[in-house]
Amino acid sequence: MKSPFRPDVVPNAAILDNHKPLIRSFERRGLIRGGFSLGALVMLSGCDLDRPESVESALLAISRLNDGVQALLFDPNKLAPTYPASMILRPPKFNAYYDVMDVKPVNGATWRLELSGLIADRRPWTLPQLQALPQTSMVIKHICVEGWSYIGGWTGVPLRVFLERVGADLRAKYVAFKTADDYPSSIDMATALHPQTLLAIKYGGDTLADPFGYPMRLRMATKLGYKSPKWVTAIEVTNTYPGGYWEAKGFPWFAGI
Amino acid sequence: MNQVKAETSGTSALLVRAGRRLHPLPVRIMHWINAVVMLVMITSGWGIYDDDVIVRGLHFSQFWRLGDWAAWSLNWHFAGMWFLTVNGLIYLVYGFATGRLREKLLPIRPAEVVQTIVDTLHLKIAHEDITVYNAVQKLLYIVVILASVSQVATGLAIWKPIQFSGLVSLLGGFQTARVLHFAGMAVIVGFLIVHVALALLVPKTLGAMVTGGPRLNSRGRAKEGHAT
Repeated sequence: MKSPFRPDVVPNAAILDNHKPLIRSFERRGLIRGGFSLGALVMLSGCDLDRPESVESALLAISRLNDGVQALLFDPNKLAPTYPASMILRPPKFNAYYDVMDVKPVNGATWRLELSGLIADRRPWTLPQLQALPQTSMVIKHICVEGWSYIGGWTGVPLRVFLERVGADLRAKYVAFKTADDYPSSIDMATALHPQTLLAIKYGGDTLADPFGYPMRLRMATKLGYKSPKWVTAIEVTNTYPGGYWEAKGFPWFAGI
Repeated sequence: MNQVKAETSGTSALLVRAGRRLHPLPVRIMHWINAVVMLVMITSGWGIYDDDVIVRGLHFSQFWRLGDWAAWSLNWHFAGMWFLTVNGLIYLVYGFATGRLREKLLPIRPAEVVQTIVDTLHLKIAHEDITVYNAVQKLLYIVVILASVSQVATGLAIWKPIQFSGLVSLLGGFQTARVLHFAGMAVIVGFLIVHVALALLVPKTLGAMVTGGPRLNSRGRAKEGHAT
């Protein structure tokens, strides 16, 4: 009998090569230290733990190892389940590091998408130019790291189509995003090229509403919600780890689902 | 009699050595690793849980959480999961290969379960011989092992619901998998309370898990004169 854990399509072995430097970078000492600290620190679990530096670095070393494991588990050909349009939640759930009342709308007419890094054609894009590219729709589940989820319907340009169009180096490691609400984010190239990774400009068939990232936001079916920045203003293709808003505070970077 | 026992219990009997201790060293090591890691997983899980509660009104105060806020609870949980899974797998392989699981936990007869419960309610708790588990003990150990296996499966489902979407459908969806993961925790915590309470009531069981306990004869029972 086939194992339920075995993916229908086996991941491309080239992923191993692509992530070789990442895998090499794991701190073995950090892991061993982590093992010991894990044992020692549980004694304090009932106390108000103020997270000593050694524990923090050990946990972060394991988190980086987990990023590598997640990259290996990520199957670039596996599609997330999709749902009928009737199941789309309207309006979608708002979530940010600030309250919905503090959203600062972006003017679509003056909005520009800046490009930088390993991209051949770095001219900025306007909204009509983005609307003129081939569009894809997907009705997918949004899963938050907190545990809640909802079904949303997104339309936009597949990030792969966009990256190919501007001549991005598709062998680079990272695609980084800057936003109008100071919420930097970044993803791995394999996920950037996944067919369910969109530069979304519509929700449920209508133009994105202000609280949800008008005029353009990233939307992925294969990562937790906090990896999809809203109000994207700049895209960079790079081999230098760009990090992100929550990642800088301790959350895992890869956050694949 | 010994001959018959050896034949019926098959390969496991080959590995049963007279003179071995009640809890061989590998079992003791795995038990205490598991004890520590389970506490890490439970308390860090409570830290993650609090951002989107499953049982309305049920919160875990900071005292009970590992990690000063969700990000660090999550990092503890995602570090602990490797130790829990690897240690648990080695325990199961060891338990099946040596025949220890079958020897200690089977058979369970329903009549014995009822009798043990009745005895316990009459405050007749037999614990002269700690090398033999009563029917309720056997049942509880099997339940907690299954709950732990279930925690790994439901945990995998909510960690990677897209990569393991087949497992998620099998469990009835992402939110159901979350509830099952929470329920598994509740079962393990329930076991832990009874397990620790009984170990403290009969301290020699606690000592046995540290020192190894009495040496056994070839039938897996305490040798004469070493029963207590």
